[in-house]
Order: sequence, then structure tokens, then C-alpha cells
Amino acid sequence: MSTSPIQRSEEPAVQMRTQLLRIDPLLLLAAVGLSLCSFVTLRGAGFHSYADKQALYCAFGLLLALLITRFDYTVLREYRYVFYGLGILLNLAVFAFPSIKGAHSWIPLPGFQFESSEFGKLLLIVSASAFAVERSRRLSERRTLARVMLLALLPAMLVMAQSNLGTALVYVTIGCAILFFLGTGWRQLAALALLFAVAAVIVLVGAPALGFHLLHGYQQQRLTTFINPPSSCNPSTDPICYQLHESLIAIGSGQKTGLGAAGATQAAYGFLPVPQSDFIFAVLGETYGFAGAAVVISLYALLIWRSLVILTMAKNLFGTLVAGGVLATFMFQIFLNIGMTIGIMPVAGVTLPLLSYGGSSVIVTFLAIGLLESIHVQASMASSGKARVLIV
Amino acid sequence: MIEPLDQRTPPMTPQLALRVAVIGGVALVLFALIFFRLWFLQVLSGSDYVAAAQTNITRPIAFAAERGEILSSNGTALVTSTPVPAVEIAPPDLPTPLTSENFQASISSDAGLFHRLAKVLEMSTKPQKCKYTVYGGVNGPVSYYPKLAKIPCLVTQSIANEAYANVTIKTDVSTDVQDYLAERQVDFPGVISQDTYQRTYPEGPLGAQMFGTLGPITLAEFDSEKKGGVFKGAAETDMVGQTGLEYEYDQYLLGTDGADRVKVNADNEFEGYGKTKAAVAGDNLETSIDVQLQRVGERALAKSIELNAGKGADGGAFVAIDPENGQIYAMGSNPTYEPRLLAHPITQKTYNKDFRDNKGKPLVNRAIQTPLPDGSTFKVITATAALESGVWTAMEPFYDNGQFCGPGESSTAVPDTCLHNSGDASYGEVDLQRAIQVSDDVYFYHLGYLLNADPSTHPNGGALQSWARQFGIGEPTGVDLPSESSGTLPTPKLFVALYKEERECDTASGEYSYTNGQGEVSSKDLPGYHRSPTHPVKIFEDQIISGGCGIASTPAWGYGDNVNTAVGQGDVQVTPLQLAVVYSALANSNGAVVTPHIGESIVQPSNGEVLRKIDPAPKRYLHINPNYRDSILAGLHAAAQQQGGTSDDVMGNFPLPVYGKTGTAQEGTAEQIATNTESDTAWYACFVPASATVKRPIVIVVSVEKGGFGDVAAAPVAREMLSQWFYGKPGAYKTGSSPDT
Repeated sequence: MSTSPIQRSEEPAVQMRTQLLRIDPLLLLAAVGLSLCSFVTLRGAGFHSYADKQALYCAFGLLLALLITRFDYTVLREYRYVFYGLGILLNLAVFAFPSIKGAHSWIPLPGFQFESSEFGKLLLIVSASAFAVERSRRLSERRTLARVMLLALLPAMLVMAQSNLGTALVYVTIGCAILFFLGTGWRQLAALALLFAVAAVIVLVGAPALGFHLLHGYQQQRLTTFINPPSSCNPSTDPICYQLHESLIAIGSGQKTGLGAAGATQAAYGFLPVPQSDFIFAVLGETYGFAGAAVVISLYALLIWRSLVILTMAKNLFGTLVAGGVLATFMFQIFLNIGMTIGIMPVAGVTLPLLSYGGSSVIVTFLAIGLLESIHVQASMASSGKARVLIV
Repeated sequence: MIEPLDQRTPPMTPQLALRVAVIGGVALVLFALIFFRLWFLQVLSGSDYVAAAQTNITRPIAFAAERGEILSSNGTALVTSTPVPAVEIAPPDLPTPLTSENFQASISSDAGLFHRLAKVLEMSTKPQKCKYTVYGGVNGPVSYYPKLAKIPCLVTQSIANEAYANVTIKTDVSTDVQDYLAERQVDFPGVISQDTYQRTYPEGPLGAQMFGTLGPITLAEFDSEKKGGVFKGAAETDMVGQTGLEYEYDQYLLGTDGADRVKVNADNEFEGYGKTKAAVAGDNLETSIDVQLQRVGERALAKSIELNAGKGADGGAFVAIDPENGQIYAMGSNPTYEPRLLAHPITQKTYNKDFRDNKGKPLVNRAIQTPLPDGSTFKVITATAALESGVWTAMEPFYDNGQFCGPGESSTAVPDTCLHNSGDASYGEVDLQRAIQVSDDVYFYHLGYLLNADPSTHPNGGALQSWARQFGIGEPTGVDLPSESSGTLPTPKLFVALYKEERECDTASGEYSYTNGQGEVSSKDLPGYHRSPTHPVKIFEDQIISGGCGIASTPAWGYGDNVNTAVGQGDVQVTPLQLAVVYSALANSNGAVVTPHIGESIVQPSNGEVLRKIDPAPKRYLHINPNYRDSILAGLHAAAQQQGGTSDDVMGNFPLPVYGKTGTAQEGTAEQIATNTESDTAWYACFVPASATVKRPIVIVVSVEKGGFGDVAAAPVAREMLSQWFYGKPGAYKTGSSPDT
């Protein structure tokens, strides 16, 4: 521990208070606001037990987030191997437990379904960022790109094997985002994009034509249903089309101000698929209309804006990369999920951060918020420290 | 102090700034996309989605509107509707939707559902032989006899009958059962529990054939409706009129179905009731039927048939119409039936037992559907033709020596080839009035002979056929009832056609090469068909040529055919209603051949507003020289009410002037006629003209099949009806005894 008198000038209690004062209030406002929206939406749709549990998860998540702000996230770098190994282990462990609705995604704990892939996201962000930082001086080497991508692809494959294509894509996105903010050259990024495009064509068109189905039938269908929007598919024979169709009906029927909790029927009568989770935005749209959707979208805009700001202020590259990973996760999930419910994105099965019901998702999101806040606190402490050094 | 690599001050390089800007830009674009898309969905097209959401959660359960009433001339209900709670099955909504294509294979798919429903309704679940017939195949109707429980049997029979309609499983169920089913939609998919309207008949069997029956709309009917047919506005599940006035005025009586809107969730489970779309009751049909007259007519006809049962009397009909405008006061057919029996679904067995040939085909409306030779009642047409064509004059004397012998015929030949009067009477010197009064056959044989035209130059016959056609013989009267018969008017052309049919039938050639034994023939050897066919019903120029080989023995038309026609014998076939129109034309000084009709007006039940007046124009006006008409009327009056007239003993003492003609048409094979064991159809046609009464004038025609002489079996019925019409009571039943043909 350093014995610098500047850093020791404040007593721990005071330091704690100032640390709390240094957190980004807007980011916290966005997170708490979204949690409230989730609670109100779930209550409104009549999912009272979901709403109450969600409130509990949010409160617990908020506590964890506030706790994290007290620590310097930088220490996490030291444990990169542990985190990465833990991520792989957790994603492997789910296969030891029975599948739920055809997906091996959960580890049943007493009173809680632990979703490994959700926690894996954060573990990957931290560990991959740490690895990337180590190679930040050999940016121009193609091996840097290859290694970081491999780090992301390995757990992504495991998650795909759990029948969770959406989260697997989140992992890949995290890898890409870290490379992007690490400063990988445009040409390498372009090559990577080309590689993904070729892979997508092979998986979606080439392999099925040759008889290899790398995706499950329904996964393939989800992606192609996006290509054929609901107006051109048949909801009575195509289940994915049905989901989109019902989602559009729910959102559209909300009109400007919504049908209210008493008037909304599509979620309450079970027409919407997974209304508490994947399609909660449709529930929101139906119950509270354009106005309600605008409030939630504004809160998400706030969340993304603050994440971007924190990314730029981070006191070190590790912070930048962690913030970049979290930002990418948020953006990917928000746009994919909302886009899916309004028929402009494929049905990929990702949750809407903080709005979708789910303990793992909520807690992981709050942990990520906590990390962002920690980056913010550290950055502001560093800058104020610097200022003092300059003055002294 | 050298810090570790990552502990340096924030690396906010221009490169990172650019990348942050790129990501920020991407986020901005995506947010904009979402906003615009939401604006489009929720604000611009929100109302469409509101409608779609309503469609999602509501299931309309159509219920039939109350069918309009059929009212008598003074407004009393003859046919009315009463609601009964019923349980129905909608075949397309079953877990395994049933269609006319798959029902035979798939009827057992939902056996569990049918079983549970049977338990709730306390119906039999025991499989029993279930007969149903599939029509419309290339091989004709095919019957099947699977073993099915009651409910699947009903469903199968209904679909086989090409019925679109919901299948009524049980009526008069308790409201408990109804509610139980209504709230368990998920357990009983496709089962509908609702009130349905049932026809009730306050006057019992009165006028049953005239009012007609209802039945579920068939596929063919539903299709025809789209082309503007009689079932305009009927839904796929409606009961529609199948016969009689119910058919004719279906589009008015039907009303518009209402719908209960049930809210359901995604699993089709009951969630509550939505707004109900009220049914619009059908309009009422006001008719010209006089209940009292109808009642008296039916009672008198039944009595006549009973009194003459010894001669084999087994059926008959009457009509009473207003000669001036064609309004039908009464129309009856015997034997009749209880229409309430057909208001419920009945079994094929009951139907066969009570409604088929063995009961004298009670569903047939003999007043319009049973054309028969009309005997001497035809003579007024012959008289008109003779006078108008100039072959004879009214005052010209004719010496009746009791026989008519054509060229080459002789009364001394064995057997006698001449024709004689009924009872071998000879009336001496007669003029037209006298000939009609005593119904002198020889006189009219002679006129028939004189009126015969050369068949090679007149294939449609001469003046006799021409006038008969003008009077409306051989064509439908256009009455507002379906399936009216045209009757038959013999012509040389018809004979040629009949003979062609006969030859093909006899030699089993042409269309008659093969038969399936059910009266259906084919020129091709189809499965189930074999040679040696029977002659089917065949329609020629709208005239029904009745079945059986032996319909013609020669294609040649001889004068004898015209002689027969002149007295309403041979191949002449006339319905009672057609005859009523003939006598109306005579009763009308303007010669109007009216279009008879029962319906008077379509009336809205709620406010009595007349929506449509039914007042068809006369088909044509006959231009009969008034002097000739006077002579014929004088004959008719003398026949009814002067000493020696054929119906004087029945009509003579009636206080008003009656113009009436008896008829006795020989019916039977040549052998029966030769041995005097034939059965004669008794006819009576009469009228009291407008000039003779302050009440409405009336034309009455009565026919009694196998009733014997017209004066004995038919005239008494007409007398009862006249008494009722003019004096409000039928009086004592008065039987005549004149042996007229």
C-alpha cells in the first residue's frame, strides 16, 4: 500500500461518503428508474408475484452495485484467469442439470434459478478486458485480435450449445467491443466483419443447403422471419411469425397513452409469448402506450449516454474496455430486444436489461452498473487527486 | 514514480474519441429508428391494432334471429317462433375440424369430446347403426351404415347432407346445462350452447304444406345465395325455408343473426362476455289466408275423403281464390301432417314412417304439385275455343244420340269403338248452355273432333290447345310457392317427345341404358348401375312426364287425342290452382288471368310498417267475345243451380248465384277402365262473381283423388266453403249424387 500523504488525507468514513458523492447520479437514476418501470409494468399486467420478486432482485442488485462502487475495479485485473475459468466452468456446469424448455441454461439453486450465461457475460467482460490490456502494445498484431476473439468465442460456443443463441451473440459482441475500444485498426475490424458475414452466410444458407443444420430449426426460423416481416408470413402456421404478430398487435393497440392495466388484454389473456421477459416491451407498449415506451426509451438513452461518458473518463484502459464491454452488452440487448418486439430486428431471445423479469439478468445488470459507477468514482477521484497534486 | 501500464491518466486519444463518437452515432440512429417505428405502430396505425386485439380476444357466437311470423288475413298468427335453449356443435370448430371432405374418416377423432358431451346432456353413448347418405358423387347417392354413438351420428348425418349449419344436438336443455357448457369452452371446443328459435304452429296442421318446413341451409343453397338467390342474407349456420311460404319468403322472414361476443384467452378459455350484437327479428308475412275458410275447407275435404273411402278416396286438395286479384283465401291438401313434428330434428325412421308414400305423401301440396286430368271442368275451355274459332256457335243445336263415333268407328263393332256419355245417357237436342248444364260428353267430343288441327302443320295443336294455353294450362300459375307443377297440355309435339322417351325406355337405349334401381338412369355403365331400367321422372318443356315405361304407345297424334283433351281426359293434367285461375278468367268480365298469391305484404313486426306490398299483375287478359262468355256462364249457372244441372242437388238452394262445373276424370289403366274398376278423380270448380255479392267474389276448386263423381265428392266441399265465406258458417254437409264425368 502506498503511503502517500495525499491519499491518506481522508478518514475511511469520510472517504466512503465522498465516494458515494462521486458516483454518477444520472446512471443510477436510469437504473433505478428502469427497475421501477419494470415493477409497474409487471404489476400492471397482473404478474404480481413476478413484480414482487423483481423488486427484490432489483433491491439486492442495487445493494451489490453500491457495494462495488466502494472498490477500485482495477483490482479485478489480477483475477482475470479466475474469472475466465469461472465463466467457462459455470457455462459447463449447466449441462449437469436437467434442461428447462429444451434449454440447458440454469443451475437450480434453492429458491433461485442461476443462469450461468448471464453471469458469464460480466466474467467475460472483465477477463477479456484484462487480457486485452496486456496486449495493448501489440495492437497491430493479428494475433491480438485472434486471441481476444477466441476468448469470446469459446464461452459463446458453450452458450450456443445451451440453446441460447442470443446470449452467445452477446459474448461475440463483447469481444468485438473490447477490440474496438482497444484501438484495433479499421482494416482488421473490417476483415473481422467480413469474416462474420461469411460465417453467417455459411450458417444460414450454405450449410443447410448441404444438409448440415448448425442452428436449431427454430433459431434459423427466427432469423429468417425477421427477413420476412410479419405482414408477409402466416401467424397461424408459423410460431415465430405468430410471436411477432401478437407483439405488434399489443404494442400498436396501446396507441398514444396505452390501454391501462384494466384495458390491456393481449398479455393478460396469454396471447403474447413470454410477456414477463422477452416480450415485456410489448406489454409496456400495450399498457402505457407511446408515452410509456418513450419514458423507458429515454431512460435507456440516459443509460447508454452515461456509459459512453464513463467510458471516456475511465482512469485507465482497463476501465475503458470494461465500460465498453458493458456498453456493448446494453446496446446489443436493448436494440435487439426492442427491435424484435416492434418487428425491425430478428427474434434472438435476449432479455431487455432491467425491464425483463429474471433474477440473474437483473443482478448481473446491476453488477455491471456497479462496475461503471466504480469506474466513474475512480476516474473522478483520480482527476481530483491530480488536481490537488497540481495545486500542491 | 512509474505506474503500471494501465494506471496512467485516462487514455482519451483522438482515436478513442472517434470511436466513441461512432458508437454514439450508431446509438442515436437506432434510437431514432425505434422512435419512428413506435410512432408508426402506436400513433399512426394504432386503431388497426386495437381492432386486431379485439379480434384476438373475442369469439362471436352467432345466434339466430327470431324468424318472422306468417299471419292470416286478419292478423292472427299461423306460424310463429318460440325460443328454446339448445346445444349445438359447429363442425369446423371441433378440435379436429370436420368438413364434407374428411368427416367420414375423422368423425371418431373427437370421440372423447362427444362422449363427455353425451354424459352432460344425458344422451346415449352406445354405438348404434347410423345411416347417412352422401349425395353428389359421380355414382349417385351412396348410403353408409357405420356404428356410431348418438352425437357423432347426428354430426355425420348433418355434414353428409351438405349442411353448413351447426348441428343441433339437443333442444330444450336446462339453463344449468347451458351455463355449464358455456363456461367450459376449453373442455367442449366446438360446442355451442345458446337459445334457438323453433317454429310453432298455433293452428296445428292447418295449411301445413302451404306454410312449409325449415331446414339447415345446404352448401348448394349457400352458394346460390351468393348469386342473389332466395336465401339472400342467410348465414352459414342458418335454418332456412325449404318448402312452401317459408322457402318463398325466406329472405324476409329470416332476419339478421345476432352474435354473443365471448372473451377468450390465447388458449381459447372463457374470460368473460363482450358486447352482444343484437339480432334483428325477421319481418312478418301477412297472407290472404282466411283461417275460418281454411279450417272449413280442410274439415270438409277430410270428411269427403272419409265418406268416399269405400271407393278408395285417399287424397285431395282445394283452393279458394279471389278471381279479381288472385289472392288465395284458402289452400289445402290432404293427407296432411303435424308440422311441429318437423320443427325438431327427426330420425330417418320416423320420417320414413310418417312422411312418405305409405302415408300418402303428406308433404306434397296437392293443390299445386299434383296435376291430374280435370275431366269435365275442362269443357269451359273447349267451349271458348269452339265459339272463338267459329267451329260451333252458342245457339247451334246438336243432336246427342248418346254416342260419338269418329271416322271408321262403330257402336256395332265388337268391342264398341265409339265414345258414350256417362251412364250411357243421351240428351237429344242440346245447345251450348244445355250441354254445359248436363255436362254432355258427346257434345264436347264432337267439338274436340271439330277443333282438331292437322298435326303435321300444327305441332303445337289447334285452337283448343291455343286457348288452353291462354287459360294457363301447361304452365305454372306463378303462385308464390316453390315446386309448382306445370301440368300437361297434350300436343302432337309432346306425343313425339313422349314416344321417343318410351322407345328409349323400352329398348333400354339412349339415356335409359343403365339404372341404379332408384329411378336414376344413365347412358353410361356406371358402378352400381345395371341394364333393364325403369322410366324416371322426366321433364319436357317444363312439363313433368310422370314415370314408368308405357307412357306412350304411338308417336302419332289422332283426332281421338283432341277429343279426349276436349273433356279433360287422356294426357291433360291440371292442378287445382291452375283450374282456379281458369275459372277466375271466366269470372272476370275483363278476362284477367290472375297470378295467384298467398303473400299480401311484408310487415315490420315492431311498428307494423309495410315494407313490401305483394300484388302481382295478371299474366294476361283473355279477349273472349262477351256474348260467348255469357253463354258459357249461363251454362255454368244452369249446371249449378237449375233443375237437371250436374251439381244442382248440392248448389241449387244456395242463396247466391253460383257458377259451377263438376268433373269426374277417369284415372287408371285401360284394363281398369274397361272393367269399370278404375278410380276417378272428383273435381268441382265454381265461383260467385263480384256482381252477385257485396262481399269479395270467390273461385273454389276442389279435387278428391279416387273420390268418384265430382258432384258426390268434390261439390259438397265447395258448398261448405261457399257457406262459410258468405255466411260465416259451413252449414250441413250436403252430398250430391249426379253421375257426371
